[in-house]
Amino acid sequence: MVGLATIFGAGGGTSSYKEIEDTDVILMWGSNAREAHPIFFHHVLQGVRNGAKLYVVDPRRTPSAEWADLWLGIDVGTDIALSNTIAREIIHTGLANKEFIARSTTNFETYAASVAEWTLDRGSEVTGVPAEAIAEIARTFASASKAQICWTLGITEHHNGVDNVLALINLALLCGHVGRWGSGLNPLRGQNNVQGGGDMGALPNKLPGFQDLEDDFARAKFEAKWNCTIPPKNGWNLTEMFEAMGRRELRALFVIGENPAQSEADGHHAIKLLKSLDFLVVQDIFLTKTAELADVVFPGSASWCESEGSVTNSERRVQLVRKAITSPGNARDDIRIITDLAREMGHDWNYGSNEDVWNELRSLSPMHAGMSYARLDELGGIQWPCYSEDTLEPSFLHGRLWAENLADRGLLAPFSVVIDDPPVEAVSDEFPLRLTTGRRLDSYNTGVQSGGYQSPLRFEETIDVSPEDAEDLGIVDGETVRVTSPRGSLLAPARVDTGLRPGLVFMTMHFPDEVDTNLLTIDVTDPKSGTAEFKAAAVRVEKLSEHVSIASR
Amino acid sequence: MDLKLSTSVASAEERRAVDSILGPETDSSRALVRNAQNLRVVRGGESLRQLRHQMLPVLHAVNDQVGWISRGAINLIAQRLDVAPAEIYGVASFYALFSTIERPRRQIHVCIDLACRAAGGYKEYDLPVGTLPSPCLGVCERAPATLVIEAGNSPRRELLAPSTAGEIAALVAGGWPSEESQVASAVPQLNRPDGSLVLLRRVGSNASTDIAAYQAHGGFKALGIAFEIGATRVIAEITTAGLVGRGGAAFPTGRKWDAVASQGAQPHYIVCNADESEPGTFKDRVILEGDPFAVVESMIIAGFATGCTKGWIYLRGEYPRAWRAVHHAIETSREKGFLGENILGSEFSFDIEIIRGAGAYICGEETAIFNSIEGYRGEPRNKPPFPVEVGLFGKPTLVNNVETLVNVLPILQLGGATYAGLGTAGSNGYKLFCVSGAVTDPGVYEVEFGVTLGELIDLAGGMRHGSTLRAVLLGGAAGGFVGPNGLDLPLTLEGTRQVGSSLGSGVVLVLDTSVDMIDQLQRIAAFFRDESCGQCVPCRVGTVRQQEVLLRLSQNVNGDDLELLRELGQVMRDASICGLGQTANNAIASAITDLGVFAS
Repeated sequence: MVGLATIFGAGGGTSSYKEIEDTDVILMWGSNAREAHPIFFHHVLQGVRNGAKLYVVDPRRTPSAEWADLWLGIDVGTDIALSNTIAREIIHTGLANKEFIARSTTNFETYAASVAEWTLDRGSEVTGVPAEAIAEIARTFASASKAQICWTLGITEHHNGVDNVLALINLALLCGHVGRWGSGLNPLRGQNNVQGGGDMGALPNKLPGFQDLEDDFARAKFEAKWNCTIPPKNGWNLTEMFEAMGRRELRALFVIGENPAQSEADGHHAIKLLKSLDFLVVQDIFLTKTAELADVVFPGSASWCESEGSVTNSERRVQLVRKAITSPGNARDDIRIITDLAREMGHDWNYGSNEDVWNELRSLSPMHAGMSYARLDELGGIQWPCYSEDTLEPSFLHGRLWAENLADRGLLAPFSVVIDDPPVEAVSDEFPLRLTTGRRLDSYNTGVQSGGYQSPLRFEETIDVSPEDAEDLGIVDGETVRVTSPRGSLLAPARVDTGLRPGLVFMTMHFPDEVDTNLLTIDVTDPKSGTAEFKAAAVRVEKLSEHVSIASR
Repeated sequence: MDLKLSTSVASAEERRAVDSILGPETDSSRALVRNAQNLRVVRGGESLRQLRHQMLPVLHAVNDQVGWISRGAINLIAQRLDVAPAEIYGVASFYALFSTIERPRRQIHVCIDLACRAAGGYKEYDLPVGTLPSPCLGVCERAPATLVIEAGNSPRRELLAPSTAGEIAALVAGGWPSEESQVASAVPQLNRPDGSLVLLRRVGSNASTDIAAYQAHGGFKALGIAFEIGATRVIAEITTAGLVGRGGAAFPTGRKWDAVASQGAQPHYIVCNADESEPGTFKDRVILEGDPFAVVESMIIAGFATGCTKGWIYLRGEYPRAWRAVHHAIETSREKGFLGENILGSEFSFDIEIIRGAGAYICGEETAIFNSIEGYRGEPRNKPPFPVEVGLFGKPTLVNNVETLVNVLPILQLGGATYAGLGTAGSNGYKLFCVSGAVTDPGVYEVEFGVTLGELIDLAGGMRHGSTLRAVLLGGAAGGFVGPNGLDLPLTLEGTRQVGSSLGSGVVLVLDTSVDMIDQLQRIAAFFRDESCGQCVPCRVGTVRQQEVLLRLSQNVNGDDLELLRELGQVMRDASICGLGQTANNAIASAITDLGVFAS
């Protein structure tokens, strides 16, 4: 989001699902959407069926990669090297969209100079991928009349995640693959409403509708409506909050629908910080590990069935959610919990209904202004921006970049110089294997939302290793092994996976109660987004001298 | 795609068979063998999926090599073609000549169908150990027939007809039949002084193997004419000639050609339907074996007229000699410049590929044939869209039967108007009839339209000595029965239509009073049940119920079951997707109403 917001002024995917079905090239980078975004991947498959070429860039040969016309198994953390090499090849072969670059972008010359050193040979050497394959992606992506770049956490969960995103944006700018039907940049969202959270201002530097908190004019509008004063400085993101806890500056925390005790990198440390707080309040539908640490727990309602409101999906489509069942026990609608809390603090917010909350938002956020409940219902959801009740904008963003008149083009999109910067933790003799993490189809993050459901596909946490490494280590499928990183050590069953190459191992974070993967991951974060480098730690895997079962560790 | 494979692995022999069709695996294939290349780059997607049409050839290759298709082989094919193993299993198990269960390399298929059982052949319940029951093998003039297939490095397929119990026992013991009798023996008219044959005149000559001889016998003259008069005139001549399809549906050929030629979508394709499987039919086999260059020439002409770039001959898997003859004719024609780029120095480029069927009657249906060639289960498609608009690989496609196509040659040589003058007012030109059963000289007979059933039987030497006519099956299992009082029936489109029957594929199976009619009907019912593809409910369920009712009726004739049978027939006729279900009750119904079978 940070990357897209920086370049285009709006932190959202630029295309719609329908456009994925009607594009010529889909470049899926650092995303195993087949498992992690199965609904979105159906749209990808529809595109493939309609003739789109699918390229997948991922260190692992994932189920998504198995659908690809070409899979590129790069080394973990070499995304910028690959992007810069592709860019250099596109420029070098004269396939860059010179007209678009001249009319709608800035900073091209500096950027072009910065990638000049990234010849195919150099790119191949750094990424580990054959030069011809890189050249093929460059050629196909640049010559396509429509092309999409899709990414997920494989791009963002790095210490330089924002730069990774900027590197991908550069490629789209280079070929004019943005702001048109069928061409765009799409970060895939892991939850039905991640986009909605950002849209509603659940970011330390944004008011609802991506209005800058530090913009006096924007703030004044909200202050007038809310009859209060908003602190004029950006707040902390999650990583900064944990840092502030470490400094004992942050003493009380209200957690809504998050499980940081298990989802944060370097889990031991995170739990220690949460325990050190003066006051911790957790609002959730389950008694999570974080909730267990809390002083007060508010049982919330399941937003997809027990309350009324809206969610916003990856294609920026706001959709109505209706209450289908009553929450069990003392669980209550999240909005009611918050308004009651406000009343106790002396502010009677007095919303008659959840729709009133929405209508207030519409009055403050121009990009939501046209979305009345009635209209959302009638149209089956509306994509933002939607400025008035009698219009609909195109399904893609930033069409302005293609406007005839300079004045209509708005802020031109700048190229960003991005520097190849390998993962903070290099593999070493002591920790010779690269651990990367991700998701499986049948489970969800720390398992809070999925653990309560049965799945015939589910197996417990494993450490996935390549057949070659398994042989070298003398371990077999299912054998419990010790996995150790500079931060911690744990036992996990090994699983031999032919999708991995020697030197690369993989774990999920789905079963933290049995195998707490984040004991191993490294707590270094991107300074711009606050996201931790979950995708690259160094570990060693050891065969146990005698049989040890997980239960007895 | 993200395949979910079982742990079964293909054997070296199976791998060799797969590679023989798909070529060796490349370094960037997700081969089972891991190498420096495919740990970093794997090529898949469309580059594999575009090979889907190799499904049938690759299954043949494995089956030919090993005799059956194992789970390991299916896993390998899944990886090579990017198709789910379950789907490959679905295709492999669709065809009768394939097995997904281990079996011996040698298979002996004994024909138990109408003509062969009437000729005293085996029935499904008395087959010798070590043999398999087979639907009609298409050599009814020499019934009963047996087909031997042996898998291995040099797979062999040989027909033995007629085949005695002793000869079949020798095959089971590992022997091979002596050389098949000459194809000319299937055309009794060749030896007759009055015979001036047109379609069959080259059968038995060296024109079947020697392209120079074919040319000396008038071969490729029609092609020369076609190039001279141009595509539009060719279609005009075919239209003027009044030629209609000879596969059974009798659709006007000129109209079909014109429809394909006028389609904007490119490219256009032609499929020669040589999946002759209607019980009692063998005329196409005789042409394919006896005059294969004529099939090639007429396909070139049809391709030229309708703007096709490529043609397929979909040939029955049970016709080994026809495959050899056609394969040779295609290779030779290509060598001589009749196929390939810029045929005879013209702008026209065209080539032909043979697709070998694998034992499925339904694949003769004009849309099922597309699915089979494309590597899917050979299930018919819904129409519309019709093949002339959306056919093979989604492109405008001309589908013509073998006999239909070879009629194009005399039309161009005689001129459409002259050809139209042959036959009757409603049925123009030449017609081949497959006369089998209790006649003196069974075989393929060529006549001008207009002869009556009685005249045709006389042409075949009349009833065999000592035989008394009980019934004639006209048009095959999908056709109908005619009783002894129907000998005056003119064998024309209009004549048969008038009595509610049809010429179908030209079957004239003559049954004498020694034949058990109820046994014949039960075999017809069993045939349709076996051959129903199972896609649509009326046919899948209806053909089973029909067989059950017939079994009950054979033990106890009663009005309820007769009424149920009639209703089943009506439902299948009204509601089935394709002709198989629509006609599955025809012969049985006609036997009850016209022959009085089950009359109390």
